[in-house]
Amino acid sequence: MGRGLVGNPIEAVLSRARDHHHHQHAAQAVRPAAPILELNDVTIAYDRHPVVHHISGAFAAGSLTALVGPNGAGKSTLLKTIAGLLPVTAGAIRFGIDRRAVAYLPQVVDVDRSFPLRVIDVVDFGHWRKVGALRRLDAQDRTASVAAIASVGLAGLENQPIGQLSVGQFQRVLFARLMVQEAAVILLDEPFNAIDQKTTADLMQVVRTWQDEGRTVIAALHDLEQVKREFPDALLMARELVAWGPTPQTLGDENLAQARALAASWSDPAAAICAR
Amino acid sequence: MLYDALIQPFIEFGFMRRALVACLALSISAGPIGVFLVLRRMSLMGDAMSHAILPGAAIGFLVFGLSMWAMSLGGLVVALVVALAAGAMSRVTPLKEDAALAGFFLISLALGVLLVSMKGSSVDLLHILFGTLLAVSNGALLLIAAASSLTVIALALVYRTLILECFDPGFLRAVGGRGGLAHATFLALVVLNMVAAMQALGTLMAIGLMMLPATSARMWTISIGRMVGLAVLLAMLSSIAGLIISYHANLPSGPAVILAAGFVYLLSLAIGSNGGLLRRYIRRPHLEH
Repeated sequence: MGRGLVGNPIEAVLSRARDHHHHQHAAQAVRPAAPILELNDVTIAYDRHPVVHHISGAFAAGSLTALVGPNGAGKSTLLKTIAGLLPVTAGAIRFGIDRRAVAYLPQVVDVDRSFPLRVIDVVDFGHWRKVGALRRLDAQDRTASVAAIASVGLAGLENQPIGQLSVGQFQRVLFARLMVQEAAVILLDEPFNAIDQKTTADLMQVVRTWQDEGRTVIAALHDLEQVKREFPDALLMARELVAWGPTPQTLGDENLAQARALAASWSDPAAAICAR
Repeated sequence: MLYDALIQPFIEFGFMRRALVACLALSISAGPIGVFLVLRRMSLMGDAMSHAILPGAAIGFLVFGLSMWAMSLGGLVVALVVALAAGAMSRVTPLKEDAALAGFFLISLALGVLLVSMKGSSVDLLHILFGTLLAVSNGALLLIAAASSLTVIALALVYRTLILECFDPGFLRAVGGRGGLAHATFLALVVLNMVAAMQALGTLMAIGLMMLPATSARMWTISIGRMVGLAVLLAMLSSIAGLIISYHANLPSGPAVILAAGFVYLLSLAIGSNGGLLRRYIRRPHLEH
């Protein structure tokens, strides 16, 4: 990690972010820091029905934000759109970085677990942006893969077939693959769903390391206690934005009640055309 | 003695040598193609696609008579259109690719049989479906060699993309890989190999040389690279064994080759080190951890 490749745009952004981060600590500067990702009146609709409705705001470089909201609030949709897998219906998402420096871990990774691959093979795919379909992995890439596997607690299992891993172990492998991607912005969709406590704690440690390295992490989560404990910032949404900022204020009782009230109103089928 | 049984038929008869060369060349490309068909869970789709060659070959046959080039080209064009159309339909309609393909190949098969019966006899149809391995022409050998070389090169280019596209298509899309292009290339290679094998093994039998060694290889290893190598090796061994047996027992050679591959497959199912039946039913003491 942080191999300092000269001329690598992702590394450049990261080192800038890292400087900023340290500066922030030293001077106890108040937020907001430079935005790395800006949502400008973003609306995302499936078949004209908005799932994310007029959301504006910015993610500071190096921030660690939890995306919170009731079921159907549009958290996954927002993450997918930031990852570039869904189009924005109205408004715009502005990136302060190369768009390709965004890595995304979906809620359900639709993979065939009986596929004949080893742990190291899956993690090596994280180098795709660098090596593409044809180029060879160099020694540095291989070292990075092995190091990533070790840092998610799977050292020694490099050659294990993925079919023999538990659900938690496989999630660790996916985290290692994310790590190898060296992304400046990392999007996680319910990364701790159906994962045991020990694995959750270990992977949360990995997330903290990412933040220390200056990466920006946005994670959709449903465990409010975990969010309050671990995430300095929160974005509370219920299709529209309810609150966005430091976690204690954002997840105040009033805001949570408002989010629930919004969720209760979604069953109304006679939606008028949005006038906003 | 052993020389008489194994080597002498190939020394003595040109048609045996040509059949051997055709089978070995086909094995080199059919092995890896089969491995990817297995990995993509498309084992039966190869079968479906082989039927799509028929109307094209039949049109070539109707217009130019029993010309290998006309029939191959016709088969190639029609099968490519069917394969790509099925792929496209599965993207724009709710149909899955196998359902889309099933529809197209049934139409193709009926159309093909109809076209052949308009001019030829059922013997011609049998030749297209099951090939005439001992009467492989120079042209057919050239076609096989070209198709085999092209397949190996093209597969090397899309190898990594294909694996990731099978394993985690969402991730490939997120990192900007060209999954659709790799898939289309692969379908084209499948069709090309079946057309190339048409004169030697026939479109139906050619699938055997693709699928049987590949599924056998899956029973022995979990590394994709090793599966590819093993599939090629098993295909070659089956070809040699099939040809020799057909020579001594005076059996039709195409089916003999495929049956040899089938024997290897059954053997692998029984004693394969990666999930074979024998391992399942023989208890061994468990390890400490």
